[in-house]
Amino acid sequence: MSPKAASKRVPVAKTYKIYIGGKFPRTESGRYYTVTDKSGDVMANICQGSRKDFREAVVAARAAVPGWSSTSAYLRGQILYRIGEMLEGRRAQFIAELTSQGVASAAAEAEVSATIDRLIYYAGWADKYQQVFSSVNPVSSSHFNFSVLEATGVVAILAPEQSGLLGLISNIAPAIVGGNTCVVLGSESLPLCAISFAEVLESSDVPAGVVNILTGFKEELREHFASHMDVNAIVYCDDEQNSGAEIQQASAINIKRVISRVDRRWDDAENDNPYLISDTQETKTTWHPIGR
Amino acid sequence: MSGQSKLSFDGGWEYAPAPQDISHIQLEKKYGLFIDGDFVAPESGNYFETINPATEKPLAKVAAANGADVDKAVRAARKAFDGPWSKMSAADRGKYIYRIARMLQERSREFAVIESLDGGKPIRESRDIDIPLSAAHFFYYAGWADKLQYAFPGREAQALGVAGQIIPWNFPLLMAAWKIAPALACGNTVVLKPAETTPLTALKLAELVRDADLPPGVVNIVTGAGDTGTALVEHDDVNKIAFTGSTAVGRLIQQRLAGTAKKYTLELGGKAANIIFADAAIDQAVEGIVNGIFFNQGHVCCAGSRLLVQEAVADEVIQKLKDRMETLIVGDPLDKNTDIGAINSAAQHKRIDEYLKLGQEEGAEMYQSSRPVPASGYWCRPTLFTGVSQSNRIVQEEIFGPVLAIQTFRTMEEGVTKANNTPYGLSGGIWTDKGAKIFKMTRAIRAGVIWANTFNKFDPTSPFGGYKESGVGREGGLHGLSAYLSLEPRR
Repeated sequence: MSPKAASKRVPVAKTYKIYIGGKFPRTESGRYYTVTDKSGDVMANICQGSRKDFREAVVAARAAVPGWSSTSAYLRGQILYRIGEMLEGRRAQFIAELTSQGVASAAAEAEVSATIDRLIYYAGWADKYQQVFSSVNPVSSSHFNFSVLEATGVVAILAPEQSGLLGLISNIAPAIVGGNTCVVLGSESLPLCAISFAEVLESSDVPAGVVNILTGFKEELREHFASHMDVNAIVYCDDEQNSGAEIQQASAINIKRVISRVDRRWDDAENDNPYLISDTQETKTTWHPIGR
Repeated sequence: MSGQSKLSFDGGWEYAPAPQDISHIQLEKKYGLFIDGDFVAPESGNYFETINPATEKPLAKVAAANGADVDKAVRAARKAFDGPWSKMSAADRGKYIYRIARMLQERSREFAVIESLDGGKPIRESRDIDIPLSAAHFFYYAGWADKLQYAFPGREAQALGVAGQIIPWNFPLLMAAWKIAPALACGNTVVLKPAETTPLTALKLAELVRDADLPPGVVNIVTGAGDTGTALVEHDDVNKIAFTGSTAVGRLIQQRLAGTAKKYTLELGGKAANIIFADAAIDQAVEGIVNGIFFNQGHVCCAGSRLLVQEAVADEVIQKLKDRMETLIVGDPLDKNTDIGAINSAAQHKRIDEYLKLGQEEGAEMYQSSRPVPASGYWCRPTLFTGVSQSNRIVQEEIFGPVLAIQTFRTMEEGVTKANNTPYGLSGGIWTDKGAKIFKMTRAIRAGVIWANTFNKFDPTSPFGGYKESGVGREGGLHGLSAYLSLEPRR
């Protein structure tokens, strides 16, 4: 927390919660783990989310799919832009959270700026990626035939461990700009920004259930993320102890799309590209007869 | 309504036999494995018979590839990839693929006859659909070979290496073309495993590849059953697996590939709903239903195996459908009048029979056409079930036979809910005269291919593949290229 010596005033500490269906409960399990600052002082008792929390989050995410995936591209773009605006206004809070978790202040400032810029980048794709990836197909029979992208549905995201804010948003933004909803497990060791980001989402016109954010232990939860029957795709960003193989194995139960984003530098501009959007899209081809 | 739509065939007229001449086809008694440009004997010395499902008589002996054979084929493919195939200009690779397309067109009737002999499908379909479409796939992808840099903006398109490809028995040559053509166009070399009940046209394609003078090892064809496929999936030096088949096997493959760097595409099962609205052109819709479920004996992953008909027209549609089923000729695949050929194998015949029993046990009412079927061979009359509920296994599971499960609906929402309520999402059909309804429905159906006022149409330019448990990835069209490329950022 803020340096106690600076003021006599007793600061008000925040209770970090999880974010499911637009609400901020604590984990149903009642479990927590402690995050400390550099000097070992307790910063927060973070929710150690459970399988049940995850399942409730999937229910919320699934319920949000029809509305969000049929929201106009223009509006989805504006809502992502709005997230960027809200984050811009809270720069100081996020920089403080990052530095309190051990990030150097210049790096923290750069990370928050890059995060905002990446949100604006993906906001702009909302009404453009469809034109890049769709096609009218010149079939030889007398049919009009076209292929368009549609959201895969519910995307489970195991956010990168080493990049608590930028890495998190770099995976959420391309999923939701394409009309998917998601359930995200924030970084285990850098969880503060994930929950504060949920508060940004809450004030950014993002409909309830579109983004759901949990905190907890990857080792406990990733199997459930991968094996849930109502999750359409899973994104993972770390491959410790062969966890990538375990995720792929468990994902086969319902032929999930498995997207591996390991060993990435999240501050690299390469993370600005529409293929991160198409990773969680389906191609639908429609035929209709035409007269000769 | 009953009887009004029925065409009268009571005048004593019968179709005269119209047999396809088969004297010009060339089949060996025994086929080896096609590895490194030549037919070679399998390491084990084991061969198995492929039979004609219409007569139950053997057509040829085919080699059973084991792990050592698969390894040999993968090595040949790797050598060809590292050697001539990568060093050749993309334009020249394209010319070889064009050559395959042309030679396939030249020999199309021979391929059609062999396809019908080996797989049981009517010659009308193998002649007019399977073989021409196969050639069209090679012709389409040939032209992509030297144009890949225009397909993926901002990306450098690079071949993956050796592609292992496993295909099913329902469209043997067409599936081989779907797999081989884009793989080669993207600069890969391939090891293909045809289905064990229908290996012959793939082996004929091997002859054609040899005649087309492709560098040895670019295309390798290894025949065998499931263990041959497993050896291919598990081979360390394969860079990509492309599989078409059942969801159960696809799931196993996805599990086997966990922890490897192999890319994969899976084209799996389906349980498509053909949705008929009251305002549809009913006669056309009935033709669409027939084409949707009885095409290729219903051995089609994207078959319209469920009919959802709006209540107001249900009686009319079902009556017309029954009348139309009476006119479908089940029998000799090589007769040009045949509508429904032989069930592909004894195993599949048994599986369909089990579903027919199961449907009745579940309480559904079964109706079959009264047309005769031949005494020997594997046959199934066109069949429909009424009075089924959403949870019935014949509604949820892929039967892969000429068996239609019929449900009704009142509102559009009910139709959508029922259509989407299976684990599959490969295809769907919509029949209505209202444009807005078409667009609303095509968007609401969670499936990769939607046919509106048509069904079961295919084209090399048209991406094909499933949502949900119907698979991962697309084949066909520009979208089908990415499955065979590594797309790194262009620097």
